[in-house]
Amino acid sequence: MMLFATVGPEAYLGVSAILFAIGVGGLLLRRNPIVMFMCIELMLNAANLAFITFAHELDDIGGQVSVFFVLVVAAAEVVVGLGILVAIMRRRPDATADDLDVLKG
Amino acid sequence: MDNVIFAVGSLIVLAGAVGVVATRSTVYAAMSLVGTLFGMAILFLTLQADFLAAVQVIVYAGAVVVLFLFVIMLVGIDRLENLRTEPLVGQRWLGLGAAVIVAAGLLFAVLKGTITGAESSTAKPEGRSQNVIDISKVLFTDYLFAFEITSLLLVIGVVGAVALARRRPRSDSELIDGDEPVVTFERDTDDDPDDVAENESGEAIGERR
Repeated sequence: MMLFATVGPEAYLGVSAILFAIGVGGLLLRRNPIVMFMCIELMLNAANLAFITFAHELDDIGGQVSVFFVLVVAAAEVVVGLGILVAIMRRRPDATADDLDVLKG
Repeated sequence: MDNVIFAVGSLIVLAGAVGVVATRSTVYAAMSLVGTLFGMAILFLTLQADFLAAVQVIVYAGAVVVLFLFVIMLVGIDRLENLRTEPLVGQRWLGLGAAVIVAAGLLFAVLKGTITGAESSTAKPEGRSQNVIDISKVLFTDYLFAFEITSLLLVIGVVGAVALARRRPRSDSELIDGDEPVVTFERDTDDDPDDVAENESGEAIGERR
């Protein structure tokens, strides 16, 4: 019976794939820099889910350790990225990602 | 039972993700992100990654989202955004197409590929109650150097965030001067709009706003 079937790794990886695609879509469609940041977090989480799925499937704790490092790097990235955003937004509160083209010669 | 938990968890994850992308308010987007992260912790639990589920809730839902909300409230951009405007021609369809292509490619790889079943290269997990012990054993032996480098990364992150976000006195002799060029450039383009129209690369830039 379908209801009591065990969940295979394909289901988890499918959720991970869809979550990653939603993150990609949001990053490409939205222009608010903070929302774009959140979409990057979505993609990182999708990768984490794939890591842990494989760690479970292959009986290998290395996948979980990789997720640990991804978490740390994501935290550092959020801190620095939001610092940059605060520095920009303080001057121009209505800036969207399209307005931030200072390096465009 | 396992698949009911999986269904609930993945529903929360995907609904939260759609919420992040589709809501107009940044605060609602942050709240949807909390939903996604909690659902992800549920999925971690079903995959017997107990320690990471706890870390997920504490670090992500606890710290990262609070940081997001702090910035949203601090800078005061918590107002509604018009999702109908399209600054670049065709951006919406190109973005949707790219997302669909990514989803299709990943799902194809998931459904058509096989998991090789290669031998574990580090250590086998020894079950639920041993999760923290397993992770720490590997973390402090095989990955010790990466772990130490991580601490360096965090120090750099903290110092960088302080240097970027601190409200500094007006002086040009500062080595790090993050936000000044933004203002001068923006004044330039605002003062003569012809400048934008002459740009070679574009109709895209000309049609902004």
